[in-house]
Amino acid sequence: MKKNKLVWLSSLILVLSIFLAACGGGDDKDASKDSDSKKDSGSPDATQELNIIESAEIPTMDSVLVTDVVGSTVLNNVNEGLYRYNEENVAVPAIATGEPEVNKEGTVYTFKLRDSKWSDGSTVTANDFEYAWKRAIEPKTGSEYGPYMMAGIIKNATEIGKGKAKASDLGVKALDDKTLEVTLEKPTPYFLSLMAFSTFLPQKEEFVKEQGKKYASNSETTLYNGPFVLKGWDGTGLKWQYVKNDNYWDKDNVKLDKINVDVVKEDQTAINLYTSGKKDRAGLSGEFAMQYANDPEVLKVVESSPFYLKFNQKREGKEETVLANANIRKAISMAFNKEDLSKAVLANGSFEANYLVPAEFAYDEDGKDFREVNGNMNKFNAEEAKTYWEKGLKELGTDKVALEFLGGDSDLSKKMDEYLKNQLEKNLPGLSIKLKEVPFLVRVDLDSKQDYDIQFAGWSPDFQDPYTFLNLWLTDGQQNKMSYSSAKYDKFMKDAETTFANDPAKRWQALADAEKVLIEEDAAIAPVYQRGTMALQKTYVKDLVKHSFGAQYSYKWAYISGKE
Amino acid sequence: MAKYVFKRVIYMILTLFLIASFTFSLMKMLPGSPISTSSKLTPNQLAAVEAKYGLDKPLPVQYGIYMKNMVKLDFGTSFQFKEASVTELIINRAGPSFILGIQALILGTIGGIILGMIAALRQNTAWDYGSTLIAIFGISIPSFVFASLLQYWIGVKGGFLPVGLWENGWKSSILPTIALAMGPLATSARFIRTEMIEVLGTDYITLAKAKGASGIEIAFKHAFRNALIPLITVMGPLAAGLVTGSLVVEQIFAIPGIGEQFVKAINVSDYSVIMGTTMFFSVLLILVIFIVDILYGIVDPRIRLAGGNKQ
Repeated sequence: MKKNKLVWLSSLILVLSIFLAACGGGDDKDASKDSDSKKDSGSPDATQELNIIESAEIPTMDSVLVTDVVGSTVLNNVNEGLYRYNEENVAVPAIATGEPEVNKEGTVYTFKLRDSKWSDGSTVTANDFEYAWKRAIEPKTGSEYGPYMMAGIIKNATEIGKGKAKASDLGVKALDDKTLEVTLEKPTPYFLSLMAFSTFLPQKEEFVKEQGKKYASNSETTLYNGPFVLKGWDGTGLKWQYVKNDNYWDKDNVKLDKINVDVVKEDQTAINLYTSGKKDRAGLSGEFAMQYANDPEVLKVVESSPFYLKFNQKREGKEETVLANANIRKAISMAFNKEDLSKAVLANGSFEANYLVPAEFAYDEDGKDFREVNGNMNKFNAEEAKTYWEKGLKELGTDKVALEFLGGDSDLSKKMDEYLKNQLEKNLPGLSIKLKEVPFLVRVDLDSKQDYDIQFAGWSPDFQDPYTFLNLWLTDGQQNKMSYSSAKYDKFMKDAETTFANDPAKRWQALADAEKVLIEEDAAIAPVYQRGTMALQKTYVKDLVKHSFGAQYSYKWAYISGKE
Repeated sequence: MAKYVFKRVIYMILTLFLIASFTFSLMKMLPGSPISTSSKLTPNQLAAVEAKYGLDKPLPVQYGIYMKNMVKLDFGTSFQFKEASVTELIINRAGPSFILGIQALILGTIGGIILGMIAALRQNTAWDYGSTLIAIFGISIPSFVFASLLQYWIGVKGGFLPVGLWENGWKSSILPTIALAMGPLATSARFIRTEMIEVLGTDYITLAKAKGASGIEIAFKHAFRNALIPLITVMGPLAAGLVTGSLVVEQIFAIPGIGEQFVKAINVSDYSVIMGTTMFFSVLLILVIFIVDILYGIVDPRIRLAGGNKQ
């Protein structure tokens, strides 16, 4: 009897405490909402200063050499090319006064430049573009993205890369100070979206030559024509500032006066700096994402990076693996629960993907998402997977398959690999997976040697078109270090690239068909998830634009309201 | 003495040479190269970049060139920061690390000495147990845990010291210094306590007592100096521990130090920075050990450095 009373009492306390806790939480939320709405109605504060964190140093400010996210982000905010990505992630004219004139064949673009200035007061001319682009393609410069972005697109770029032509032969010409003519190798529908990429930024010839080796190696030896100028960057340091550029043509739309940046590599430190009010934004990854998932200050951001399993059909390019069997590949690609994986295992804002070309990335002329054309493919279905699996095993004449799974060595990838192994072995009887978890550089090395069975990999786009993902699996494609070759796929891609280059609707369909062949028909790769990220951001920070690929942020439109 | 110093310098140079050769070969065995991630380079571009950094030459030649340049204190240019010289990078980054290291060493040893002496002089009292407890914590809890705890409780919750970064001058260095000093503090407290207890039990202390010397006089003039010798022995390893501790502590407090850069360079195979920082740390450690050896002779005249007592 006494015991019963005790149980009863303690359950009462428990129920009460849950109830009270819930009430407390509710009150908090209401309070913060109230102050939010008050802030929203307010106008910009008197002090326009933003405090942010970067995850790594700036390796270089030379726009033709930059390859990393931090460098690209800084360049995006201190320089400006012909185009710029706007608040809706669409490339719009920037230094170009408007849409260029294009000839009938779609191969010659003539851009008119607006009146704009460098931070030293000199005028930005068409020659600054011609010089920078030619510098990027010159093999001696050692630019990674120059030849990569221009080859096959801008006239003679491929030849220059092979050493068969000179950099001066590149199809770009300043007709006068304000007119730039670009000649393409062939019509390229996504050419204008390239114009917002850092490789195509202008550089002032006189200044670059004057600085020599020191060019763009610290904030004093760099020239700016964007919304902000860089201050206090010593070339290797962990801090720098952006200061509003008074020579910027659109300075009236720039509200922030100053942005203080510190490099913080430890997530916990970043969060502590955020909590203590020192910083206005902090990224959340791994376990922190889970911990703060319900915080009212959390922002979820979709990124344009798909992650997938690569099926190597020929080990080291020679010996055929069981993955050369289409049924086996199909079985594996449908045998794991992607939703649980992204929601429960990763829990960092990433979400299930049943496709290669990411959602919220590429749109047709009517603004319709590419994903609406192809929808989902090879969704998780354990039963169907098992049917394909048995069919495949029969074709191979075996009942046991052992495969090596190559993955990353971070805590999160290990957790994910474990989950995938477990799912695949459970749903596909007779399969045994051996995990091999290595650092990134090692994985790149093994990939190039085709020394793996299944590999977990991902890709981030270089320009805003499905082509940036789909061309990776052409027979000689860049990510195709897995001996996949489909005449049908190659044909669709060839059509998209050449035949339908000036016919957007048909081209779009050809790209969609190619994706269907790659994933649904051939199951050459198995999509896993599309990356999403989470960040804490103070509610007084407004209009800080996050891009889903390339440069991460634009601060041009950001402002502070309601901090004081 | 001069002969001894000369001999030591020769040994130091030899040690550095061995360290350089060893690191060079280990580093070349690391998978990947600083430009292997650049899968986007065309073959003739790759050749041009490799030629620029001299990576196209056979390994022994690369080694020869590297050693030659190192003698001239030229550690080459960094791979991750375009055109930044490694020497410049080290000079820019060494400042904060140096301040933290020195402060931690001073705080750690002096704090440790005080704790150890209290424990020894008040043996088997609450004072003794308290200081032993602190020492045990200091040894068993790694510096990065202390760093995180200090950052959270004093920086975020308390709010009276900076959470991190290197911008409030001396104030920014307090928390990382404490985190780094815990290890040396614990070690020196333990050494001093043991030694003091032992020394306090010797005949000459009894003699000093019999002569009527005061307690303080005995503790400082007679016991302490003798108890100091073993502590000096461990100063070298303690300083080495600070270097490794600083790798993590600098990262936690987001301090632009050299340790933080060392870790990053290894991750991205930045050959020249790996070599440069390794050599920098090696020189520092070898110097500390050398100074410690010289200090021996000063603290305890019984220890002869050179063969003064030939028999």
